[in-house]
Amino acid sequence: MHELSIAMGIVDAALEESQRRGVQVSAVHLRLGALSGVVKAALMFSYEIACQDTALEGSRLVVQDVPVMVFCSQCQREQELPSVQLFACPECGLPTRDVRRGKELEVFALEIQEETVQQPQEEGQEEEVPE
Amino acid sequence: MSQPRLVEVRRNVLKQNDVIARALREEFRAAGVFVVSLVSSPGSGKTTFLEKTLTQLQPRYRVAALVGDLATENDAVRLARSKAPVKQITTGTLCHLEAAMVQNALQEWDLHQLDFLFIENVGNLVCPSSYDLGENLRLVLMSVTEGEDKPLKYPTIFSSADVAVVSKNELAEAVEFDWNAARTSIQSVRPGMQIFRLSAKTGQGMDEYLNFLSQQLVEQRAIAHI
Repeated sequence: MHELSIAMGIVDAALEESQRRGVQVSAVHLRLGALSGVVKAALMFSYEIACQDTALEGSRLVVQDVPVMVFCSQCQREQELPSVQLFACPECGLPTRDVRRGKELEVFALEIQEETVQQPQEEGQEEEVPE
Repeated sequence: MSQPRLVEVRRNVLKQNDVIARALREEFRAAGVFVVSLVSSPGSGKTTFLEKTLTQLQPRYRVAALVGDLATENDAVRLARSKAPVKQITTGTLCHLEAAMVQNALQEWDLHQLDFLFIENVGNLVCPSSYDLGENLRLVLMSVTEGEDKPLKYPTIFSSADVAVVSKNELAEAVEFDWNAARTSIQSVRPGMQIFRLSAKTGQGMDEYLNFLSQQLVEQRAIAHI
C-alpha cells in the first residue's frame, strides 16, 4: 500500500498552493485516473491521516474519477474503455495501447472559504473555476 | 455567509518523482547504458531470473544491478554470486522503489562503465506501477505457477510494462499451465506486448530473451548517437 505516501504528496501540494495564496482550504479536489495505480478507498483513509496536525486538518478530499481513454486508429477518435482488463476499442473491437487519459494523479482545485482570504504571501495568478 | 469558492491549481502529485526520473533517463542516455526494471509479485523467481540474466550477459557486456527489498539483503547476496556489481536498496516498509532512491543508490557508480543496468523492484504488482524510475524498459515477470489470469487481476502494472516474461516454464506441465490463456490475458491488457516464455533454471528460452536485450541496447545507442 503506497496510498499514504501519495496522500502526503497531495497534502504537501495543497498546503504549498494554499500558503502561496493565503487561503484556508476546506476541500482538495483530485483527478484520479483508473490507471494511476492508486486505490481510492485506501487513499481517502490515508488522506485523513496525512492531514493531521497540518492546516488541512478537517478538510475533505474530493475525488474525480478519470476513466481510461484510448485512441482508436480505426475509428480515428478517443474512446472510453469500459474495463481496464480489455484494451480494445469498445466500438470496433480493435486492440489498442494508445492511452490518452487515465493515468492522472493531479490536484486540480482547492475549495476555499471566501471570508478566510488573507493577503497572499506573493502574487499568484490564480484563476477561478466557474461552477 | 461565506461562499465556498474553487481555486484552480494544477499539481501533479508525482511530479517530484517524474522530474527525477526524467533526469535519470537523460543520464542513462548520455552514458549509453540500457536500463531494465523488473516488476513481479513476490516469489515469481525474479532474483533467480536476474542472477541468470547477469551471469549470461557478463561475458559480452558490463552489467550491474540495483535490488529493492523490504528488509533483507538476501537478494543482493544471491545476485553477488554472478560477480556483477550489485547494490541493495532496503526500502524498509515502503512497498516500491522511487526515482530518488535509484538516484541515491547510483551516486558512487560510473554509468559510463556499464552496458546494462537492472533495477529489481520490490516484489509487488500494485504500487510500483505509479513510479517512473527512468528505465528504458519495464519488464513484468510472472511465473507459470501464478495462474494465467494474473494480468487481468493486475492490469495497471501489466499495461504499464514494455515486455513480459513468463518464467518457471520447467513447471508448466506439472501445474497444467495454459499458455494460450496466459497469452490472451497479457494481450488483453497490453495489446502487442512481446512475451518471452522461459526457464531461468534450465536455461530454456533464455537466448531469445538475451538477444532481445542486446538488440535493445544497439537500438538505444543508435538513437542516442553513441
